[in-house]
Amino acid sequence: MSTWEGILAIVGLALITLLTRGFFLFPDRDLPMPHWLQRGLRYAPLAALVAVVAPELFLTQGRLIDTWRDARLPAALLALAWFLWRRSILGTIVVGTAALLLFRLGLGW
Amino acid sequence: MQPVAAPLWRHPEFARGARDMVETALGIAAWGLLTGVAMAKSELPTGLAVLMSLIVFAGSAQLTALPLLSAGAPLWVIWATALCVNLRFVVFSAGWRRYFGPLPRAQRLRMAYFSADLNYALFLRRFPEPPPLSDAVPYFWGGVALNWLAWQLPSLAGIFLGDLIPTAWGLGFAGTLALLALVFAMLGDRASWAAAGVAGAAAVAAYGLPLKLNILVAIAAAVAIGLLVERLPAAPPKGTP
Repeated sequence: MSTWEGILAIVGLALITLLTRGFFLFPDRDLPMPHWLQRGLRYAPLAALVAVVAPELFLTQGRLIDTWRDARLPAALLALAWFLWRRSILGTIVVGTAALLLFRLGLGW
Repeated sequence: MQPVAAPLWRHPEFARGARDMVETALGIAAWGLLTGVAMAKSELPTGLAVLMSLIVFAGSAQLTALPLLSAGAPLWVIWATALCVNLRFVVFSAGWRRYFGPLPRAQRLRMAYFSADLNYALFLRRFPEPPPLSDAVPYFWGGVALNWLAWQLPSLAGIFLGDLIPTAWGLGFAGTLALLALVFAMLGDRASWAAAGVAGAAAVAAYGLPLKLNILVAIAAAVAIGLLVERLPAAPPKGTP
């Protein structure tokens, strides 16, 4: 791929970012959207986050993990416990990452 | 001359928007770094990697496009793939319209371009119902500005320091942990618990779908279940007969 093709591809990708993020913001007239759908959209960001997190925790190479001896599970549980206790995301990251390393390097999980 | 008005970043909601993003920014930074490292290790020349990070500004689309670029895939394949990976943003844009619909189109689109996943999540948490635009706009830009920095600086660092940064462990997990905490911060009524549970199950079950379409499946399932559970009769309050 030549440099110019690369630039073209990347500019196109940037336009796709704008197109998708702005999709329903392009038209000036309000879009008729049923009320129930507007309400339901409240669940979209939560669902998108969960949809990223769940496979990261429960899948290995696209398959459901078949052992509980996976360092990610205790690490995520400890991190979650910390978050529910202290409500600090920073602490959650530190605790979870430390636990992950302990279980991986210490126990070989 | 600009009309005489206090600059946007002086507005208290701007600071609040940035502050609400601070802790999450660490997770974003971890992913930005990871994405930068992935770009450094691909065959993309450094200049193009920098351009991509700065103007594409969509991590999952970038990661999906990298192997296609390296393999010399046709442009339309690269673009169609990114379009699919970004479909969740189309859903979010319908949500943004409720808040920013009255603004001029150029301003709406400028805001849309910078609005990443976590901006939408945090914005909805701050403003479940549309506030006056004079509050919504500075809050939006505060969060977006911090998110942009927290993503771009580590991403650029990753591009230039790629080989020095071990990707083996920890980095990606840090981003996952930040999201996990955010998920639990957003859980409230039982409809949201049901929506989250179903979204997780759907995302895992549909993981085999290409182009991260499992995220879209999860969103659709969660919206349906959320609406359904909202309609169930509420449990009788405790202490009343």
